[in-house]
Amino acid sequence: MSIRAELKYKIMKDYGAPALMAFQDFRRRKPRPIHEAFGPPLESNKRLKEILSRHYFLSRYAPGVKKVAWVTSGAPVELLRAFDFYTIYPENHSALVGAKKQGAEYCGIAEGSGFSQDLCSYARIDLGHMLSGKTPAGKLPKPDLLFCSNNICQTVLYWYKAIAHELDIPLIHFDAPFVTTEQTEADINYMAQQLQDMIPILERVSGRVFYLNIFEEILERSMETSRTWGAILEAMKAQPAPMTIFDAFGHLAPIVSLRGLPVAQDYYHILMDEIDTRVTHGIGAIRDERYRLIWDNIAIWYKVRFLATFFAERKMNFVTATYTNAWAETTGYLDVKDPWKSMAKTYGQIILNNNLKHRLDLMKKMIKTYAVDGMVMHSTRSCKPYSVGQFDLRKAITADLDLPAVILDADIADERVWSEQQIQTRLEAFCETLEGSKHG
Amino acid sequence: MADLFFAGVDVGSLSTDVSIIDHSGKVLAEIVIPTGVNGSQAAEDAFDAALKLANLTRDRITRITATGYGRASVAFATGKTTEISCHGVGAHHLFPKTGTVIDIGGQDSKVIQIDSKGRMLDFTMNDKCAAGTGRFLEVMANRLDLDLDELSSPVNIESKSAPISSTCTVFAESEVISLLAKNTPREEIVHGLQRSIVNRIWSMVTSVGIEGEVTLTGGVAHNKGLVKLLEDKLGLTLNIPENPQTVGALGGAHIARRAYQNSLEAVTI
Repeated sequence: MSIRAELKYKIMKDYGAPALMAFQDFRRRKPRPIHEAFGPPLESNKRLKEILSRHYFLSRYAPGVKKVAWVTSGAPVELLRAFDFYTIYPENHSALVGAKKQGAEYCGIAEGSGFSQDLCSYARIDLGHMLSGKTPAGKLPKPDLLFCSNNICQTVLYWYKAIAHELDIPLIHFDAPFVTTEQTEADINYMAQQLQDMIPILERVSGRVFYLNIFEEILERSMETSRTWGAILEAMKAQPAPMTIFDAFGHLAPIVSLRGLPVAQDYYHILMDEIDTRVTHGIGAIRDERYRLIWDNIAIWYKVRFLATFFAERKMNFVTATYTNAWAETTGYLDVKDPWKSMAKTYGQIILNNNLKHRLDLMKKMIKTYAVDGMVMHSTRSCKPYSVGQFDLRKAITADLDLPAVILDADIADERVWSEQQIQTRLEAFCETLEGSKHG
Repeated sequence: MADLFFAGVDVGSLSTDVSIIDHSGKVLAEIVIPTGVNGSQAAEDAFDAALKLANLTRDRITRITATGYGRASVAFATGKTTEISCHGVGAHHLFPKTGTVIDIGGQDSKVIQIDSKGRMLDFTMNDKCAAGTGRFLEVMANRLDLDLDELSSPVNIESKSAPISSTCTVFAESEVISLLAKNTPREEIVHGLQRSIVNRIWSMVTSVGIEGEVTLTGGVAHNKGLVKLLEDKLGLTLNIPENPQTVGALGGAHIARRAYQNSLEAVTI
């Protein structure tokens, strides 16, 4: 750790980042006009943008001060926080690239190097970034460590292996056995043991010693943050709902990528307060909410605005999603008194590592709890674990709950897969069914 | 309510179809013309032709529903509805016991479930590829040097069919090329192509399920061989409209008629 690097990091943290935020704020003075179908925008958006810009901006000054780790969205990051790693989430970064409609360009770079077009677009964008250095975030630091868990998919392991090979850096893989019926004691012990086995490796890579009390503090903070996130999502039960799920896709970023840090914890308190105020005053995210919908699967990042507007114009609001719920669903298992096993339960049972029956029951419950009138499922080639089974889920849900549903064939971040005319027809037909079912 | 007329204009990827009905639902004119490169012009032309056939002028049409891929480009329409709802309503009016509609259109195919009033309950569409659509047959007819009528020749269910495994139009065309290179009889290839579409439709039907009578709409319903294979695969007899291509336009006209009646009721209330 060099003193020069540390000084630079400190200056950038205390002066550089605030100056950048002020500059961005100045540039953004003229707010984008808001479509009349929407209610007032969330004030917290500004703080969210600040946090994320700052996080990416500061990351380039991290090398030499903190070790950098690239982490998957479902990995037990709390352990890494105990060693003060600067964490970058390639999935979050790829979503950012997708939202900026640059996915095809980055995917093309990876494809040019021989990666298949059938590979997840998050992976292709990340590999495209690694191969070219391109990023809309200015500059990203090279990782010292890769940390992945197959609790979200098997792809991450091979994707991270490709990076580990290219950059010649260590990769830690947290293996989470798929929950076919119920998590077994053997599964829990197996995962708990893995977590403890990681400690010496993490000590070696980070050059820091593991302190249980620090780790417990982080775990406690992470737990509290996830709980607040869960409470924010639950506030969407209110009619009208205080935000749309498209807002939540954005507000999801800190719980995914800054979980366990005070900045995320503080942020969700700000958001929770704002949401509470909205609920108290009956302020809806869209004007005149008439229909309430559920979203299944990851966002279509390059079409969030299109979809949000399409539905808001029809007085339809997405009030819940299996995707946003994933970072709150299993938090209840965390227990600071039993960190290893409780983490195994939390991270081992997340939606994508759990069976279809679990997903069906969960979705049915969400549909009832949030008074949902219709369902939109995004089927994406990028995320096979999320998309496989959707046709069966749809069949079971429409039959049991008499709920109109539509499946959109698209992609999370590769906009080349989007066919607007076909999607538009499907969506309009879905709305016609929905209107017929409620008023027929 | 005499002298009220309603129209549906279906601007599809291959053809533009117009149907004009009177207040009782009686069909006065039906027109099918190729869409060509200009959807809004095709809509104008088809509408004028239908008006001429019905011996009416534009100002006599009370309401007009635009549907199909080009629905947004029909400037003279008073409302727009997706072709999915329109096919449901159209099929219901032709065959009131219809519970399931299979529409094989120019660039997509769909299976629609409707209730006893013709309202759509559920639907499924093909993915973003032309396999199992009218376009697929058009491409293949071209490759086989047959016209669409020849391609629709009835086949014997038991007769030999060349295997066409690809679900992608481009790859299926390559398969046809190699089959031709091997001197495979054209009838066998035609049979294989029909089977390929039927299999594609079958998987969509199973995902939505069959309720009530099944009505087949869209230009591909003219293909006798395919209809026979599909009936065999589904194990039932399909309702085939006299003009399968104008069912969407007819549905549109009925939706226009219903919208007018609803507006009257709203005023009365």
